[in-house]
Amino acid sequence: MVAPGALRVVRCGGSALCGARAVFSADCKQVGRGAGAAAYLLCASGDFVKVYSVSTEETLRLMGGHADLVTGIQLNPHNHMQLYSSSLDGTIKLWDFMDGIPIKTFTVGSKLLALYTLASAEDSVFVVIPKKGERDTYQLVSVKLTKGAGQDLESKELSVVLDGVGASMKHIAFGRQGAYVVSVKNVTLQVYFFKRKLLNRFSLSTLKTKGGDNRFSCVACHPAEDCIATGHADGKIRLWRNFHHKKEYTYSTLHWHHDIVMDLAFSLEGTRLLSGGVESVLVQWHNESSCQKDFLPRLGSPIEYISMSSDGALCCTLHTDNRISIINSNLRFSRSIQGLIKSRDVKTGLVVDPRTKALVLNGEPGHLQFYSLQNDQQLFSLDIVQRQYIHEAGLKQSDLVKVAFSAQGTWLATVEESEEVTDPELQLKLWFYHEEAQSFVLNTRINTPHDNHITDMCFRDMDGLGDDSLILVTTGRDCVFKVWVMVEDSDPEAQQSVSWSCDFVGSYHNYQATNCCFSEDGSLLAVSFEETVTVWDSLTWDLKCTFCHPPGNIRKICFGRLTCSKYLIGATDYGFLCCWNLLTCALEWSAHLNVVVLQPDPVSEHIAAVSWLSKESSLFVFKPNEPRPIYIQRNLCKEKILLAAFVPRDEPEMISSEKYLWLRKSQLFFLTDTQELMTLSTKSLEERLTPSSKQLAVEESLPVTPFSLLLGKHRRQQAQEDIDLGKPVVHNKQEQASPAVKELLHTPAHVLPSASFLCTIFINSLLISKENKSAEEVADEVEMESEKAEDDSDEEDVTAMEQEDTSHMELLGEMTCKLSKSQEKELRKIRKMDYSWISAF
Amino acid sequence: MAVYKPVVVQACPKLGEKITQDTLYWRGYKTPVQIKEFGAVNKIDFSPAPPYNYAVTASSRIHIYGRYSQEPIKTFSRFRDAAYCATYRDDGRLLAAGSEDGSVCLFDVGGKAPLRQFQGHTKPVHAVGFLSDKYRIFSGGDDYSSNLWDIASAAEIISYSEHTDYVRCGCASKVNADVFITGSYDHTVKLFDARTKSSVLTIEHGHPVESVLLFPSGGLLVSAGGRYVKVWDVLKGGQLLVSLKNHHKTVTCLCLNSSGQRLLSGSLDRHVKIYSTTSYKVVHSFNYATSILSLALSPEDETIVVGMTNGVLNVKHRKPEEKSENSQKKRQPAYRTYVKGRTYMPKQEDFCVSKPVKRVLRKYDKLLRSFQSSKALDAVLEPPIMLHTPEVTVAVMQELHRRGTLRSALAGRDEKQVNLLLTFVARRVIEPRFTPVLVTVADMLTDIYQPVVGQSAVVDKQFLKLQEAIGKEIDYQEELLEVLGMMDTLFATFTKKKDTCLEENKSNGVTGVTETNRNY
Repeated sequence: MVAPGALRVVRCGGSALCGARAVFSADCKQVGRGAGAAAYLLCASGDFVKVYSVSTEETLRLMGGHADLVTGIQLNPHNHMQLYSSSLDGTIKLWDFMDGIPIKTFTVGSKLLALYTLASAEDSVFVVIPKKGERDTYQLVSVKLTKGAGQDLESKELSVVLDGVGASMKHIAFGRQGAYVVSVKNVTLQVYFFKRKLLNRFSLSTLKTKGGDNRFSCVACHPAEDCIATGHADGKIRLWRNFHHKKEYTYSTLHWHHDIVMDLAFSLEGTRLLSGGVESVLVQWHNESSCQKDFLPRLGSPIEYISMSSDGALCCTLHTDNRISIINSNLRFSRSIQGLIKSRDVKTGLVVDPRTKALVLNGEPGHLQFYSLQNDQQLFSLDIVQRQYIHEAGLKQSDLVKVAFSAQGTWLATVEESEEVTDPELQLKLWFYHEEAQSFVLNTRINTPHDNHITDMCFRDMDGLGDDSLILVTTGRDCVFKVWVMVEDSDPEAQQSVSWSCDFVGSYHNYQATNCCFSEDGSLLAVSFEETVTVWDSLTWDLKCTFCHPPGNIRKICFGRLTCSKYLIGATDYGFLCCWNLLTCALEWSAHLNVVVLQPDPVSEHIAAVSWLSKESSLFVFKPNEPRPIYIQRNLCKEKILLAAFVPRDEPEMISSEKYLWLRKSQLFFLTDTQELMTLSTKSLEERLTPSSKQLAVEESLPVTPFSLLLGKHRRQQAQEDIDLGKPVVHNKQEQASPAVKELLHTPAHVLPSASFLCTIFINSLLISKENKSAEEVADEVEMESEKAEDDSDEEDVTAMEQEDTSHMELLGEMTCKLSKSQEKELRKIRKMDYSWISAF
Repeated sequence: MAVYKPVVVQACPKLGEKITQDTLYWRGYKTPVQIKEFGAVNKIDFSPAPPYNYAVTASSRIHIYGRYSQEPIKTFSRFRDAAYCATYRDDGRLLAAGSEDGSVCLFDVGGKAPLRQFQGHTKPVHAVGFLSDKYRIFSGGDDYSSNLWDIASAAEIISYSEHTDYVRCGCASKVNADVFITGSYDHTVKLFDARTKSSVLTIEHGHPVESVLLFPSGGLLVSAGGRYVKVWDVLKGGQLLVSLKNHHKTVTCLCLNSSGQRLLSGSLDRHVKIYSTTSYKVVHSFNYATSILSLALSPEDETIVVGMTNGVLNVKHRKPEEKSENSQKKRQPAYRTYVKGRTYMPKQEDFCVSKPVKRVLRKYDKLLRSFQSSKALDAVLEPPIMLHTPEVTVAVMQELHRRGTLRSALAGRDEKQVNLLLTFVARRVIEPRFTPVLVTVADMLTDIYQPVVGQSAVVDKQFLKLQEAIGKEIDYQEELLEVLGMMDTLFATFTKKKDTCLEENKSNGVTGVTETNRNY
């Protein structure tokens, strides 16, 4: 199927959403009932621009084409269906975001750091570019967009508007109707009036008053009045007026934030001012007075950008943890779009939830995120710490450090600890998957399971032996490993029937226990104590044997699987990868390799090792029974790879090349130290993108909803079937199905009969009627049906039904008397229906 | 969007015994009444008929007590020597007793002199009982024989001499009028049928049998002897069902409660243990001052009477059932306001709008939500919370510590409040579950109020108390560690090389218990 191309490293999991302020589409297209509401949300995400549906939160389109990070997106003020985007690669692209087509590409030539558009500026946009020859100095220039026929155009016609501006897009704002432009940098505010060509500069005293830091952090302009709002690093907001004059300017101060004000936004009329900061509270100031304010607290994470929709009905905040919150104009939280949360430090490692095949890792502080790789979406976030998170510098937060799932995913063990060194406040929690609630429910909480930090944790869970075999092992820096087992609660009145308690405490020469691992059949437990690996019998907890490969502490251990289950693999600090044979208790082979990550594949005997040598990561895939690796990829990526995980595929992929056979059953994901989630793929970029674009080919008037996708799928499937049968397609069939749906969807609601009545018609229109069947089958059935001569022929089924439908609508009064007969008919019809389509779902 | 998360109050499982339905039931007795008898009480028997008097055999007398009387309402004292085992007949009108001189006496409850005297035993008779047909008496004597007597004729019906040691206990079957059992110091329990010449069944208990009991169904037999209580299935030919070893001295008496669901055993180790007859686990136990010789439970478990070796009779009456409903009820809204709309079934086309559930936050949570640390601490220092739910106070302190505002919340308090705080800390700091947090609190308190020490006598006293409490705890922990060391040494000496791992586990189990105490 695929030509054996090279294995490529593919970035997945989306990039940070907070590259630039998000933009609401300005159109008020009447989609369904959403009267006047903006339908799309456009957002810069890495090298792409993402288009979200506001009502369903779904990603509609991914517009790619930039070669570097997208730094700014703005709607074309002259055409609301078009979007400008600027990127670090020095190009401005004009998109039709409804279709996801790039219309034009303007090459500017230097890095573009921010993009602004103005309705008054005819055919030019404003961008921030670095000043030539000087480092860290930026200037605001206006770019004349050349009009030309081709798609790729050069536009080098730059005219400098302001010099010495800040690099961030938050540092520049355009005043009412584009009369002036404001730029802030450090403690200076510059206002440039376009008409008068006048530049006013105002400076705050550099003296840090009361320990405060009054540097500017952001700026926004009042849409109707001459008023500028600036945010400061010490949490103050200043409102500047009368800045036409150099001396007689005035400002008033609003102060609520205790830390830097990250972004400001005025409402459409300018009566309300929204501000946000690291407190993750959205503050709404009324009429520029400091006494009247509303709060929307606990938005989850620091607010990075705030943007308003053009009609003022919605506002959205972009958060540092890759989230977009959409907020109503009355400051009600409406919905959120959540990507992969990139926490600073993924302590839990990459774990795969056996139930959902989702990637599990640290999410919000104190939460565990379940991230679905298939549709790049967070499935859910499990609150582990269950404590109010307070954002304040210098506070010792407790966070999740270890996570383990039992093999079926029924049990989840988590370890949390606070950052305090002396008293880590360790807690081991065991969660049980509650089938009815469809989520994990806390079963047991163990305070201070170890006296010191827990280094590793693993479950023993065998399919055959049932729940009794379930054992949890934790290793700690307090030089012991502990075995936890489930015990039945003798008290019949207790709420739960089982709880966990410690069964065995093992230690070895008072060395710190660092890793633990169960063999595939669960009979052996390997625990590494600094330089030594000890192997224990899991029935009697006898120490069976020890392995050692000095010098260097053991960094990772794992057992071989399937045919290689007699091997134990260990990686040491001093760059050795060792393989011990458990039958002979001897070293089978060893290799000199600085292994950072050692990850066994859960469904095959392959083991992936990632090494870190001289600033590049390399991947080695091997089987324990042969010292030669199956696959080597040098220079996997420039960053250091911290974690890796094999995610089993739903269905084995067709891989022709023998070299990549190890990727057949599962996919390897890895996380670098810059928190990028990567994977290895044999497919080329185009192929990976195709399925998603196909999925997006939906009627443009309909927003993509699961329901409409269902319809689309159904239609496609029918078409497929028709083609497969190799018959001339009965064209009117598809059209028959769609008129019923169309009529249902396009008839005004007040003339439609009740939904319960329409339901049967609608369902019938979705069913595959027997027309597809071959003539003989039809003939057979005609014989069966011949008891009633007046029965409609199959071909007329749908049309007849439609006639009935209309007659019902016209003669609502007579409906009752007619119903019995029509019901009879329908019942008969239903009996004849082919229900095989159900199996498709 | 996230909502405010209330402070998690750590519910610690209570150490010690668990509160079960049984503990509640068996604790529902008043403080015992102590009655002094003349000698060791060897038998207590409740009359099966109301008003449920009970006969107490001690020394040479049989006293009959009324239910609530502390003085005997009747006394049978016509014994030359010690009397044994006064037992009521099923209708509660006749009383039989054995005696030291070998005679078995039959009394009318109303009369004084014995109605009948059955002569035949040559040695003291310790076990007497009525068969369930009411007309025959069985007895067991120290002459190793078990006899059966006819009440009407005062004649011996049959004598079995099968035991090889003193016969000290017996029991008649309630379902079969001919069957009775006797237990003897020859370690056996024998089941006799009056229709046969010899014993029907012999059960080897393994220890001198002190007490036997038949279940009302007649199918199960309980024997007590040595430290063991054993339950046998008679219908399966005397198969051992379960052997209970919950006492550490000889078990002397057995008793069933009125429902037959619980079995009670009294022992020389001063304990009465109550077993469930379904699981044969100890569900409750009573403690007494001296060794227990006899035990009886009145019908409906109204009274527990225990007789001791020192002649003290311990009587416990059941507390009357509390009337939980208060007569003074608040006037409540009319019934129809409750039912209004309750039964309404939504129709097919109705839209159901669910009412948002109102979250009720505790006072301290509300204050914590608005970052008012000092006030939140004030809220949990109120006496009801501080005294009854100290874990709440400690949880809030911990939360404040986590937020870094504990110091400011503790500071700036007046004498009364500091006194309150110090009292709380001094009292609770030694509790293992609170220790980590309260040590921090104590640390901060001493830091903050160090400059004002000496200005208030009350506060100074509390500081001294705190010091004393901590000093004591440290001494205690040191001692515990010493014990632990000794035990480890012992384990190390006694275990063989092979079993190291297993024993290590055990010793670590001990560590686990004390580990919580060692935290600080």
